[in-house]
Amino acid sequence: MAAMTESPRAKFGWGLANVLVLVYAFVPIIWIISLSLKGGDTLNDGKYLPANPTSEAYSTIFQNDDFVRSLINSIGICLISTFIALVLGTMAAYAIARLDFPGKRTIVAMSLLVSMFPQIALVTPLFKIETAIHIFDTWPGLIIPYITFALPLTIYTLSAFFREIPWELEKAAKMDGATPYQAFRKVITPLAMPGVFTTAILAFIACWNDFLFAISLTSTNRARTVPAAMSYFTGATTFEKPVAAIAAAAVVITIPIIIFVLFFQRRIVAGLTSGAVKG
Amino acid sequence: MSVITKQDEGVEIAKRRASEGKRAEQRLGMMLCAPAVIVMLAVAAYPILYAIYLSFFKADLRTPDANEFIWLSNYVTVLSSSIWWTAFGVTIFLTVVGATLELALGMLLAIVMHRTIIGRGLVRTSALVPYAIVTVVAAFSWRFAWTQGLGWLAGDNAPLTERWPSLWIILLAEVWKTVPFMALLLMAGLALVPEDLLKAASMDGANPWQRFWRITVPLIKPAILVALLFRTLDAFRIFDNIYVLTSGANKTASVSIVAYDNLIRGLNLGIGSTMAVLIFLTTAIIAFIFVKLFGAAAPGQE
Repeated sequence: MAAMTESPRAKFGWGLANVLVLVYAFVPIIWIISLSLKGGDTLNDGKYLPANPTSEAYSTIFQNDDFVRSLINSIGICLISTFIALVLGTMAAYAIARLDFPGKRTIVAMSLLVSMFPQIALVTPLFKIETAIHIFDTWPGLIIPYITFALPLTIYTLSAFFREIPWELEKAAKMDGATPYQAFRKVITPLAMPGVFTTAILAFIACWNDFLFAISLTSTNRARTVPAAMSYFTGATTFEKPVAAIAAAAVVITIPIIIFVLFFQRRIVAGLTSGAVKG
Repeated sequence: MSVITKQDEGVEIAKRRASEGKRAEQRLGMMLCAPAVIVMLAVAAYPILYAIYLSFFKADLRTPDANEFIWLSNYVTVLSSSIWWTAFGVTIFLTVVGATLELALGMLLAIVMHRTIIGRGLVRTSALVPYAIVTVVAAFSWRFAWTQGLGWLAGDNAPLTERWPSLWIILLAEVWKTVPFMALLLMAGLALVPEDLLKAASMDGANPWQRFWRITVPLIKPAILVALLFRTLDAFRIFDNIYVLTSGANKTASVSIVAYDNLIRGLNLGIGSTMAVLIFLTTAIIAFIFVKLFGAAAPGQE
């Protein structure tokens, strides 16, 4: 609407603003990519772009067992956590959006509380508990806290999506003799899939991003994820090599996220803002 | 007579069915929520209670047999330690300055994302990049950029070896990462401001600055408060950026870093738990202040 009345000068202004946003977002990313492509000879030249790009660093990290192992850990742990959080979150969000039952407000308040929780406050007791029940430094040891922190996000986003789904269809299904459970399973779930998918991306990003649990609740490469493994690259070898290796590892774990963002930008924006608009 | 009775019975049965339906709905609601609630209670509520319990003990993993109940000694130790208070000051500084900068820049970005017509998708996609990227990845990018002899920003200086330059770089890394999230929440608010209202004000001679402060800001105040609450609580638990950029050297540690050092490096569960409880309490106080003083509504409430 505003475009029609805007002068060329205003158009130029908005164009400039757009360019600034692009620069803002990509400068640190391009720098880490360019570091990962610098060879040993140009690594310390202090230039923003690599003079002779080489993929040396990438072959180095993919031959490194610790890195490959941590990449498998990251993918496996985040996928499982996202899946479980989604299943539990979908059930709870459906109930919150559609059903009337005592304790609903308490559950919403509780999940808000959990999402605001300082993770470090959990690290100390979880460290002790996980050691005692022998899940310290295992996949479940990370999956359990990840589910917990992905749950509030899942419940919010999904219950906002669920409120948009037409009620009448569910009623019609019940009229035709479906039980509430069948109405949930056969009618609402397919309608809710886009919302569930968006929520899955957000939950995955949240797990993928974790660092604190990953360094505190692991001690070997059995369960250590890439962000944690990267921080251990540093002391392991000489000064020059880790920089390129860390940069390459950073780029590797950034690629899937960039792809998500490129393809699902609209949905991610909708998912992130849905809770806020509804409030 | 008998007809009336039958009718009454019918009503009774219908009522009973309705309340049975109601009860079935309630039962289903609780059943569907139960697993999520159990997980959250078991992994968040139980450990924090356990942390409170541990904070009253001398619980050092290096001397596991010497555990004893020591009342509030751990709290005295922590609250009289200058390391704790320095970290607390650093955390408050990063939280307050960070949230202020993020609100200002986030608003600018929100307006750009909201108003841009040409290339809107491109702008929104790129704005999501900092939000979506792993914090540790971005932190390494900033660290290498400011490393002497390696980085494009450092030149002949080594800012990460001094306190204040380090703190400003930590702030930069934190703000860069979180402005887009702030902007998205604010943009959701901007979408609710009626275009007609702004047009009417414009016709009455209000300039853009006046329209922003007199119309937009009051209307999106709830969105601003929610975004600020989220960011303040999130900023208070800052860990990743500091860990990667300075590891807390030169008095740049936050409370989370100090607690981590006591637990993982020092293996002192008692002190670590005490700090965990204090951090939890501070977070609760911040949230309380926001809700009571500013009337920030928790999202999800209707």
